[in-house]
Amino acid sequence: MSLAEAISTHVHDGDVVAMEGFTHLIPFAAGHEIIRQGRKNLTLVRMTPDLLYDQMIGMGVASKLIFSWGGNPGVGSLHRFRDAVEHAWPNPIEIEEHSHAAMANAYDAGAAGLPCAIFRGYLGSDLPKVNNKIKFIRCPFTGEDLASVAALRPNVAVIHAQKADMEGNVLVEGIIGVQKEAVLASTRAIVTVEEIVDALTPSQSTNVILPSWTVTAVVKIPGGAHPSYAYGYYERDNAFYIAWENISRDRNLFREWMQKNVMEATPESFATRAYHLASDTNSN
Amino acid sequence: MVNSAKLKVMTTHSALTYTSSEMMTIAAARLLKDEDVCFVGIGLPSAACNLARLTHARGITLIYESGTIGTKPIVLPLSIGDGELCATALTTVSVPEVFRYWLQGGRISIGFLSGAQVDRFGNINTTTIGPYGTPKVRLPGSGGAPEIAVSCGQIFIIMRHTKRAFVEKLDFLTSFGHGRKPYERKELGIKTQGPTVMITDLCVMQPDPDTQEFHVTSLHAGVTRDQVREDTGWDVKFADEVAETPQPTEFELNALRDLNLRTANAHGANGTPDSNG
Repeated sequence: MSLAEAISTHVHDGDVVAMEGFTHLIPFAAGHEIIRQGRKNLTLVRMTPDLLYDQMIGMGVASKLIFSWGGNPGVGSLHRFRDAVEHAWPNPIEIEEHSHAAMANAYDAGAAGLPCAIFRGYLGSDLPKVNNKIKFIRCPFTGEDLASVAALRPNVAVIHAQKADMEGNVLVEGIIGVQKEAVLASTRAIVTVEEIVDALTPSQSTNVILPSWTVTAVVKIPGGAHPSYAYGYYERDNAFYIAWENISRDRNLFREWMQKNVMEATPESFATRAYHLASDTNSN
Repeated sequence: MVNSAKLKVMTTHSALTYTSSEMMTIAAARLLKDEDVCFVGIGLPSAACNLARLTHARGITLIYESGTIGTKPIVLPLSIGDGELCATALTTVSVPEVFRYWLQGGRISIGFLSGAQVDRFGNINTTTIGPYGTPKVRLPGSGGAPEIAVSCGQIFIIMRHTKRAFVEKLDFLTSFGHGRKPYERKELGIKTQGPTVMITDLCVMQPDPDTQEFHVTSLHAGVTRDQVREDTGWDVKFADEVAETPQPTEFELNALRDLNLRTANAHGANGTPDSNG
């Protein structure tokens, strides 16, 4: 199955879509495909929206964002995200804002089949005042007040991983983030991978493995996490993260960049983009 | 939020020349101990924590919210989840695990935070400037900070000292410090100490034991009380005895500059990142 087919079959207008990867393994190629196919009114879920959601929000695919930290890591603002929140450009966006602990716990609860997550959080913070999805419940054993948020149950999770085998079992290693939880919390899961191997050997079985029957589609897209990185394959393109500051600040410059690098590009272009960042330890 | 406008070069008696920013990072690093387990934010906290690890606190355990535990990066990470952090970590766990078992489980002694605004009680804003619904500036948001602020044994705050950042009233309270009155943490059932020290490029501040309001306990060399008053948005108070922060040693300065140089070379950009994440 091609990436275009996977996205057109499994991501629909109005879906709740979680594209995860905590700085590492961010599924850029899949996100660009969603933009190219012109999806609308998506509820985008992600702990750290990062450049990918900045691009998707700026191109108008989202009507709602559920998140916990919306910056360009180590650089500053996400200007397209800010423009949407501050000036409703290119369209108004509803935000549901949490803390990292809340999002992580909400995915975990979704994966565990629970209606809600319980954790010690948000104490003294103003966030519960602006997000009515944050509740407090009393522990029946100790009387302690604990925070509770609804479980995340996205329609579709999208992740990028290092490897899949011929049967579609998926291997994730390095910073593993919340991808396992996001996939198991979601109804469908699309996975792009750096490579497809004959078999995931036993020595790799202690890493995060998603059995083939937990994922809906697996597509090989080398470089598909660029400018994020794939541990063992290529490094994070920090220079691009820094360059995004200027590209994204200006609406026209942003649109031009997206036209050239996303709308007129293909998933195959990712391999070239990541090439100069290849890790010394590349296992290929 | 890059704020390079305030870098002041100071020449000192000892013939060492350093910037106020270097003084801040070094003063912060000195507070960390060998036995500490520290939850590290990106930017200024990360620089201070790694400087401590490279100088006097070689045994310190650094944990980043990406799940990297006991990490020993050779260059400062640009993001909270750079590959460098995973490659040099003792172990890497999932994000739900790092927040549940390690942070909420009470395993972290020091949480190191920064922010866009801080008030006299060490409450932090990283959410919006202006009203939440119609923000003048939409900031990145909380990340892990609201739970770091209540689950770590104590909190160190490191921030550049400006009137815009040290405010009378926060536009939004993202992460709880001491609230608005003494013992408010206890009233909320929070068992940890909260912010115990604030390190800026002008001074070191600590909570007054009676009021829990941060007052100045140490001024960096060459900084006057008027300068601090000028750059603080509330009527800042001074402890009965205000010390002078010991100046950076050559050893500390060299270690910090080597770290910054390695970092700049690695990221293809100038200087250290200065954004909270």
